Amino acid sequence: MSPREIWVAFVTIIVREVRRFTRIWPQTLLPPAVTMTLYFIIFGNLIGRRIGPMEGFDYMEFIVPGLIMMSVITSSYANVVSSFFGMKFQRSIEELLVSPVPNWVILLGYVGGGMSRGLLVGLLVTLLSLIFTTLQVHSLLMVLATALLTSFVFSLGGFINAMYATKFDDISIVPTFVLTPLTYLGGVFYSISMLPEFWQGVSMVNPILYMVNAFRYGILGVSDVAPVSALAMLVLFGTVLFVVSLNLLHKGKGIRH
Amino acid sequence: MTEALTIKNLRKTYDGGFEALKGIDLNVQSGDFFALLGPNGAGKSTTLGVLTSLINKSSGYVAVHGVDMDRDPARAKTYLGFVPQEFNFNQFEKVFDIVTTQAGYYGIPLARARENATRYLKQLGLWEKRDSPSRMLSGGMKRRLMIARALVHEPRVLILDEPTAGVDIELRRSMWTFLEQLNREGITIILTTHYLEEAEALCRNIAIIDQGRILKNTSKKSLLRQLSLETFVLDLDRDLTQAPELEGYHCRLDEEGALLLEVQKGQGLNGAFRQLDRAGLNITSMRTQANRLEELFLRLVEDNNGQGSGLQ
Repeated sequence: MSPREIWVAFVTIIVREVRRFTRIWPQTLLPPAVTMTLYFIIFGNLIGRRIGPMEGFDYMEFIVPGLIMMSVITSSYANVVSSFFGMKFQRSIEELLVSPVPNWVILLGYVGGGMSRGLLVGLLVTLLSLIFTTLQVHSLLMVLATALLTSFVFSLGGFINAMYATKFDDISIVPTFVLTPLTYLGGVFYSISMLPEFWQGVSMVNPILYMVNAFRYGILGVSDVAPVSALAMLVLFGTVLFVVSLNLLHKGKGIRH
Repeated sequence: MTEALTIKNLRKTYDGGFEALKGIDLNVQSGDFFALLGPNGAGKSTTLGVLTSLINKSSGYVAVHGVDMDRDPARAKTYLGFVPQEFNFNQFEKVFDIVTTQAGYYGIPLARARENATRYLKQLGLWEKRDSPSRMLSGGMKRRLMIARALVHEPRVLILDEPTAGVDIELRRSMWTFLEQLNREGITIILTTHYLEEAEALCRNIAIIDQGRILKNTSKKSLLRQLSLETFVLDLDRDLTQAPELEGYHCRLDEEGALLLEVQKGQGLNGAFRQLDRAGLNITSMRTQANRLEELFLRLVEDNNGQGSGLQ
């Protein structure tokens, strides 16, 4: 395929993915908006007042970056895992497999779809947070880089999950038993400096901690970890997961016999 | 005439150890109307799966219009359009979106994709349904949608796996007409079917596959010439409870009471007519049994399984 044809194919996949998640917006865009609004009201407004300031900021201000990142993570992951597994289940993935689209374009198309939903939900949650608090931006570059890289990494995670999944249960196990605990323990609601030393050490192996803190640094200018090392880690995760995903596509894991 | 499809020593062994293709060779000429016939589990779908990249081959060579599928798969794939047996489109997407999206996968810009989709949806009688979600279509419409989707990038070879399975007779005939028109326009058509009447009516060349091997690959005419006997259906002026004994002929009654008379090649019918006349039986009408190919097919497959021999 010529570069122009490859571009058309890439845009086609992205458009189809965006059309899918906007068509079913009550399942994809509304729930994170409702959930995060409840978090803002309950944790930020009601409980947060009793907790007092954290790292020099109102509790509400402190948790907003983490909650935005949480919605980016879950939405990016959920979009790719459900869309790709749905195509496997309905066998409409064959439409792509019989076509000349190179595997790396298929992968980037799905990841682009996941990033679109993750970033759109992140934007929605950011706008909602403005009802409850004011947001300063310490480093716009850091905010954008972290959001883009995080949605990239978790879209790839969703893709790998979908490649291995053989039934619907398989696409909910990772989000429920891995992503949610890691997100809650990733410093969304607290600074790890509050934890005993042992648990601080344990927290440092949680990749989501780096994403939440890098994003928090971009907005508030405070972080439990060095922001540059957090970005480097995201680049590393992204590269490894991209290579793994592409390898699975080449082998046709679960999609070609 | 160039070769639209070249297959050499194609083998496929599945993970469980099942050897679905045991080294098949197949050539289909450009512009041909070709049928691949075989019983269930013979290797038809595996062959089509390898051609369309849905199944990874174990070894062998496949080329489409001379383009090696291993060396330049993208170019080879642009020559092919595939209509699978099972519905495999997104049930929630609209008909028009399914077809234009497929064109996009081949790098066709949106304006041309829309033009092509409009043309084929109109030709296949689906234009009125263009904004309906595909799940709302009837079975026959879904099958036509898959044909429109396979044609939208204007392939040179159209592969259809059981294209008329489960569709009513009227629709089957209209699909035959459409496929014949495509073939006249120069598109090579390769199909599998278990309606052997379909292969007999449409195809010029036929390959018979069984147990992962090609048993025959020849023209339909030459295949039919190999029939050692032909069956005639005779309607008589009265109902019989059992078939008459005719010396030199084998005959039986079918479910509707018509007499099925088997005539060996070169034997002639006069002897049978004389005996029926002597028995006081009048023939009111006569026809050949339509499905000659089916007879031949069954005999070939039986031979391959080591039973009987109806071929000369």
